[in-house]
Amino acid sequence: MAETYRYWITFQTILTKEILRFSRIWVQTILPSVITTTLYFVIFGRLIGERIGEMDGVAYLEFIVPGLALMSVITNAYSNVVSSFYSSKFSRYIEELLVSPAPNWVILAGYVAGGAARGMVVGVAVMVVAMLFTDIEVHSYGVTLLVFLMTAVLFALGGFINAVYANSFDDISIIPTFVLTPLTYLGGVFYSIELLPEFWQGVSMANPVLYMVNAFRYGLLGISDIPLGVAFAMIAAFIVALAAYSLHLLRRGIGIKN
Amino acid sequence: MLALDVQQLTKTYKGGFQALKGIDLTVEEGDFFALLGPNGAGKSTFIGILSSLVNKSSGRVSVFGHDLDRDPERVKSCIGLVPQEFNFNLFLPVFEVVLNQAGYYGIPRREAKVRAERYLRQLDLWDRRDTEMRRLSGGLKRRLMIARALVHQPRLLILDEPTAGVDIEIRRSMWSFLRELNAEGTTIILTTHYLEEAESLCRNIAIIQHGELVERSTMGALLGKLHTETFVLNLKGQVSELPELGGFVLQHLDDCTLEVEMNRDHTINGLFEALSRNGIEVISLRNKQNRLERLFLDMVERRPADEGV
Repeated sequence: MAETYRYWITFQTILTKEILRFSRIWVQTILPSVITTTLYFVIFGRLIGERIGEMDGVAYLEFIVPGLALMSVITNAYSNVVSSFYSSKFSRYIEELLVSPAPNWVILAGYVAGGAARGMVVGVAVMVVAMLFTDIEVHSYGVTLLVFLMTAVLFALGGFINAVYANSFDDISIIPTFVLTPLTYLGGVFYSIELLPEFWQGVSMANPVLYMVNAFRYGLLGISDIPLGVAFAMIAAFIVALAAYSLHLLRRGIGIKN
Repeated sequence: MLALDVQQLTKTYKGGFQALKGIDLTVEEGDFFALLGPNGAGKSTFIGILSSLVNKSSGRVSVFGHDLDRDPERVKSCIGLVPQEFNFNLFLPVFEVVLNQAGYYGIPRREAKVRAERYLRQLDLWDRRDTEMRRLSGGLKRRLMIARALVHQPRLLILDEPTAGVDIEIRRSMWSFLRELNAEGTTIILTTHYLEEAESLCRNIAIIQHGELVERSTMGALLGKLHTETFVLNLKGQVSELPELGGFVLQHLDDCTLEVEMNRDHTINGLFEALSRNGIEVISLRNKQNRLERLFLDMVERRPADEGV
């Protein structure tokens, strides 16, 4: 019991530190996503969207809301952990944690929760902006929140692994630019995969972002290209795999010890 | 009880560099222990392994009876580390740095605040509690590292060159603080390049060179190995010709300053009597070189780099 309480305090400390970090610089961490997404809504939703008409039976503006919101969650959860953990490595204050009796899983949970918190805060802010442009009635609050949370956790884990391997500040921007952004844009944010030729539909199925966007779209609008169960199973599988790998890296001290 | 028990500790880095070659070392509870060695001797690797920042290759480490492999959390709870290099988040205020460290050790916020205030006051940092780390001077950062290392009240405090680059006033106040801490029961292991610091503070000593332990003894016994000592004398008047004094080797530094090398069989009283007989009056004297420094250099210079490989 005493041990559990100690772990809880450690977790709280890391999480609070992370939340304070992105809150203090909210102009850099929260505001840009809100402004960018607003521009997406204005340009793709209002100006171009009105010419496109409907997609999967809903107005194009409503169709892109889930993808844009999730894109903000993905980007922010990832970049929070990758920049925070890499900075702690670079300035060596990660040693404050490594010399303490905090178990690896508590360290990981603290950083991931911090990243997920920023992802959720930005995601909610983007949804509030979306409500100003649309009249979406949420189809399922449970599914919506669960996908929000699971996506934030998954990409926070991705950010952690990136930070562990990073040897310079360049290394923490390579994956978001060359992997994360293409995956997100090709993950059905702006289109239904049914519009793609059959071959590219098959290729799209290998993109994990597709499952998240569709599960979230189901939660908000009640439509999806992918069965909901399959989408949740895929997200959960990715979370388990990345968490296990992150713990392995911490246990071996790769990138942070010696 | 042993505060530290290390057996056959080895560390080989990637690329094959062997930093530690089978170190055996024990430190008694309550000791103030000096761990010395030239740059690259393996001291920081040794400390890194004790504090879990470096993975050992082989060997056994036990801290207050807790085995590092079997019970790393207990070992970490017993140790407070003051590292050689600054490792802070430069954008956090002083108070938050100490509070966070307490949190990592699972100390509840209320208790953490009490302890943080106590140690910041003791180290004269309380007035700076809201100052961001990047705005602190080097000396203040060094003191903060001690406060941070103490917040979980470790039984073993490891100081890796804690006074490097610190002015003499702050250094003396840190010495005084560390003496008090040791008197209250905290075991302290100190590495330093200021050998007068080790001589002044520590009761026992070990010297590492090329990853091996080359000396382990009490400070008194080690200093007893010194056969000769050299003093610099400031004279009242000028001395143009040096007298012959049996047992003492005199050398002119300038007209009013002499250097005297004396065997341990002789005494300072004997030296003064002999100088008086020759009409030489002494205003003051000082050691030419710190005693420990001289022994240390003798030992290190006796062992070439490839010896024992």
